[in-house]
Amino acid sequence: MFAVIQFPGSCDDRDMWFAMSSVLAGKCSMVWHQESELPAGTKGVLLPGGFSYGDYLRCGAMAQLSPIMGAVKRFAKSGGPVLGTCNGFQVLCEAGLLPGALRRNSQLAFVCDDVHLRVEKRAEPFSSRTEQGAILTLPIKHGEGCFYASEVELDLIEQNGQVLLRYCELDGTISKASNPNGSLGSIAGVLNKEGNVLGLMPHPEHAVEAAFGGTDGIAILGSLLDMARSA
Amino acid sequence: MRSLLEFVRKGNDLKVTVIVTLKADVLDPEGEAIRKVSRSLGYEAVEGVRQGKFFEINIEGGTEQEAKSLAEDLAEKFLANPVIEDYRVERVEL
Repeated sequence: MFAVIQFPGSCDDRDMWFAMSSVLAGKCSMVWHQESELPAGTKGVLLPGGFSYGDYLRCGAMAQLSPIMGAVKRFAKSGGPVLGTCNGFQVLCEAGLLPGALRRNSQLAFVCDDVHLRVEKRAEPFSSRTEQGAILTLPIKHGEGCFYASEVELDLIEQNGQVLLRYCELDGTISKASNPNGSLGSIAGVLNKEGNVLGLMPHPEHAVEAAFGGTDGIAILGSLLDMARSA
Repeated sequence: MRSLLEFVRKGNDLKVTVIVTLKADVLDPEGEAIRKVSRSLGYEAVEGVRQGKFFEINIEGGTEQEAKSLAEDLAEKFLANPVIEDYRVERVEL
């Protein structure tokens, strides 16, 4: 069973729930941020996109102090898979569960587009349904998605193989033109050192039906479900 | 009319200022946009702008040192993100 955490201001929570339960036939329940424990039998936690607490102070700064985040941190530390998309990524960085931070897009514009992404590694629990070097097309929609980490931290992230997805051209080339927000290293998705926490600026939950912008999101969400089913 | 008690209590409040700025190596596209517009307004001497946040915090009672250390704790844990930001705490007034 997957738990989708709802913060005041979350707006992709129902899409995430719909993708996991209705499209992919997984078990999924909504958990309000004021809860202090995850439901019994939780196999994975999903932090959705949106504008938790109106993005006041910094994106994710308020949400990471919500009561449920204590349980999410314990779950992550015990090795449980946690996926944060968009605002969820920002919450995970603010919570210290992922390295780096997400800054205002370098061109200052809110960006809403489909982007190509190169899969940098195939690994459980987030990318077992795809291959290293595969190109995924997923939507992005954010104003603060510019990934930043200090030079030292960025080196560690690269050395540890913590980059899961990079913005790229259709043929997989990494270029300035294909980087929609100025992220260092064209990083679109980053793992923690242990590989069980992932933050993504792109939205796999918005790309699970052919009639609505493609199905490449299943590569990520389906991998999570495979892990939950085999566990 | 304020009561005498309230006046005395207010008199003990300390107002602390916390200033949060981006670390020097963090790109500041907002500051850059402000620089460009400043120049287009005719202020051509404006060479660089870094923008940040300003917090004015009223702290009830206690000594100046206690108020400063409370503000520092708050800045460290919440007001600033140490990955991208620096902060400084300044006492403004009684």
